[in-house]
Amino acid sequence: MKPSFSRRVLWALLILIALVGVSACQRQPQPEWRLTDVSGHLPDLDFRLTDDNGKAVTGADFKGKVTLMYFGYTHCPDVCPLTLTQLHVVLDRLGPPADNVRILFVSVDPKRDTPEIMHAYVNAFDKRAVGLVGSDADVEALAKRYRSAFTREPDRGNGAYDVSHSSAIYFFDAEGKARLLATPSASQDDMVHDLHLLTSLGAQP
Amino acid sequence: MTFRSLAIALLLVAGAAQAADAPSVKASDGWLRVLPGSLPAGGYVSFENLSDRAVSIVGASSPDYAEAMVHRSSTDGGMGRMEMVDSVPLPPKGKLAFSPGGYHVMLMDAKHPVKPGDKIVVTFKLSDGENLPVTLLARPANATGATD
Repeated sequence: MKPSFSRRVLWALLILIALVGVSACQRQPQPEWRLTDVSGHLPDLDFRLTDDNGKAVTGADFKGKVTLMYFGYTHCPDVCPLTLTQLHVVLDRLGPPADNVRILFVSVDPKRDTPEIMHAYVNAFDKRAVGLVGSDADVEALAKRYRSAFTREPDRGNGAYDVSHSSAIYFFDAEGKARLLATPSASQDDMVHDLHLLTSLGAQP
Repeated sequence: MTFRSLAIALLLVAGAAQAADAPSVKASDGWLRVLPGSLPAGGYVSFENLSDRAVSIVGASSPDYAEAMVHRSSTDGGMGRMEMVDSVPLPPKGKLAFSPGGYHVMLMDAKHPVKPGDKIVVTFKLSDGENLPVTLLARPANATGATD
């Protein structure tokens, strides 16, 4: 009798916990993201780098803005321009909420990418884009933080070289929390959809 | 010579002339993405092999750039990388487009400033010995194609 009674209590407790758990989830409906939800799986936006105006900036300077972080380099004539162009088109389609979005283009080629070159480069794509440069160690630390990778390929013999790099785009909310991950092949419709949600989250503290 | 044999002879000559003149590959929608300063530019073209034999693109050059190289980008496994390509096969009667994120001609060290609206000639070398000059329209950095 005794063990069966305590087992019943245990079951009741478990069911109670389960019900509380379910209702807690129902109280906070999660937005229906179309991109990959990485909430809680990647660290908050945090870095110490130099922006394309030569100013020292940190992740905290972008509080209040939804940020789209992408690693690349200016001597990349194809994939980086394709991705930045896509983000430009997406922000134009987003309309007024895009004022609260910044594209953070982090150079993985600190040797060639100076703030001046980065300034001309990012502004050729979108006025809401910020170029970020730093020392090898700073950029490596940032890439590692987001499990991103980059490798400098061998010199082509004329001093020119390519840099292979992760092609992911990281979406952070206005609080600097990592929320979504997209690939350059993600549909523009999905990015616009999720940015509408993400920028409206930012409006409610 | 009868009229009939003359006509056949003329047809044969015309046929031979056409075979020699008609290029095996047709190019269209050429454009290049102009980046600031002296940064390399990516060039894009749609190719159509009009012949019934396989032809490959085996090289490129431009009088406006010190160097032109055929490259291919890929984002396999989430890594964006570029590789040099020696030969791009165009199957018989087949089409292939150089487009952003895939095949492109990388144009390096412009000999004079190139700005949107300019027209640049890139000559593609084909495996059958032919040279195919293509005019590429210079487009702004954030262009999505030959036209918007």
